[in-house]
Amino acid sequence: MKDIAFIVIGGILVNNFVMSRFLGCCPFLGVSKKLETAIGMGVAVTFVMTLASLITYILNTYLLSRLGMVYMQTLVFIVVIAALVQLVEMVLRNYLPMLYNALGVYLPLITTNCAVLGVTILNVTSGYNLIQSVVNGFAGGAGFTLAICLFAGIRERLAISDFPDWMDGFPGALITAGLMSVAFQGFGGLIH
Amino acid sequence: MEIVSAGLLLGAIGLAFGLILGYASKLFAVKSSEQTLMVRAALPGANCGGCGFSGCDAFASAIVEGSAPVNGCPVGGTEVARRIAQIIGQDAGDVDPMQRKVATLLCRGGTNYCLPKYNYHGVRDCIAASIVSDGTKSCHFACLGLGTCASVCAFGAIRVDDRIQLVDINRERCTGCGKCVSVCPKQVISLQPFKQPVRLICHANERGRVVTDNCKAGCFSCGKCVNACKFGAIEMVNNLPVIHPEKCTGCMMCAEACPTDAIWADYQNRREAAIDSKACIGCSICKKACQFDAIIGERKHPHIITNSCTGCSQCVAKCPKKAIGMRVRTHLRDEYSQMDAPWTNA
Repeated sequence: MKDIAFIVIGGILVNNFVMSRFLGCCPFLGVSKKLETAIGMGVAVTFVMTLASLITYILNTYLLSRLGMVYMQTLVFIVVIAALVQLVEMVLRNYLPMLYNALGVYLPLITTNCAVLGVTILNVTSGYNLIQSVVNGFAGGAGFTLAICLFAGIRERLAISDFPDWMDGFPGALITAGLMSVAFQGFGGLIH
Repeated sequence: MEIVSAGLLLGAIGLAFGLILGYASKLFAVKSSEQTLMVRAALPGANCGGCGFSGCDAFASAIVEGSAPVNGCPVGGTEVARRIAQIIGQDAGDVDPMQRKVATLLCRGGTNYCLPKYNYHGVRDCIAASIVSDGTKSCHFACLGLGTCASVCAFGAIRVDDRIQLVDINRERCTGCGKCVSVCPKQVISLQPFKQPVRLICHANERGRVVTDNCKAGCFSCGKCVNACKFGAIEMVNNLPVIHPEKCTGCMMCAEACPTDAIWADYQNRREAAIDSKACIGCSICKKACQFDAIIGERKHPHIITNSCTGCSQCVAKCPKKAIGMRVRTHLRDEYSQMDAPWTNA
């Protein structure tokens, strides 16, 4: 139970995927202009990460390890993630077309989101079991959601603040992201 | 051997996922075709092809695919566009219905502006008159005002003003059937949206003295409108300004700049921005966005819109607090109002 708690806190705060591992920066910068779409993106990524953790764990343990082909990990995982994203896309297009339109190109881009591939490979290298893997996937997604929502909130405020012209837009956003990352490093001492 | 087994493994996994996805896409495809049916049901079903697709069915599936705009149906108008937007879950807020088009006379050259070349006593018909030395007016693009269009109009929407030899089209009555457009020998009538902020009322594609010698109300290609447009919506083509409606913001500055009033503007419905002083936080983003320096105010204090506002509505979208609205203005625009505007009281 304790290790699960550690994974959750680690995934959300200490080893936040965006803020301290610097994975998944593309959607983090791309879909963070509005809080609503940021939440949508966060939920979609969380969903894909959790599911990907589950499926890759099963594939890795019962197929790749037994066949002695662990070296195929990266490729197989990418295939799994790509298929999952396709599935999520179909579901969203049918049931939540608003969110589907809002996410736009960033939804298929989850496929190449390194946070998702990152979590699946980290699950393997950390030697997590099934439950730990799924929890790690979910916590990583939740951490991503937290980071992107905080960032979107800040950017919404920044949009109405007086920036010099040359700082408007991405330069300001990148500096903000950097400062946020520094702030997140403060969680570093939370777990040893 | 390793490479073969690796390939087989990846192939097998890919196949498995492919099958699952294929099944899933079938499972969900039913849903999306239902959506198409719903959109199809919302359309008028006239299969007129006015949208540019082969029929209502093709248009409906194009909407669902996202390759056609929800407001693409000219027959259905706002109501249908809104319903379709609801079905496919698009934000109905950005639905701007395709406007109905009505016949519009592209000439102001009555005899008060454009003198007759000769006294015509022949058959009262524009086609006959246009054969004689290219028409009775000194500008050979001008409306001859003999009323051939009026005679084909089934709706009584065209009237001839005999005093100045010019036709007058009643835009309310016009149905946009286009009969007058095809019958006019001068091609001086065109179908244009019923509501337009500005429109060019001249089609003499000559320049300079050639035009001004003939007509005092014509466009002589001075290009002032092109320079006056801050949004790049006007382009000179063939000695005439072409106003691109998708870029036009309705600021009407081109009409203000036109020395011969060849660009008509709907001044009656000219808008102006108004800031809700309660919601305004004084961020001054609107001030930066305003091309006409019509917004004044100090940072962190509610801003004010002066009389020099042109009603281009660019500030409305920029306002992060949605504190700016547009209203029809009740007074004239004053370019220099900013100079004596008081800095306090809103």
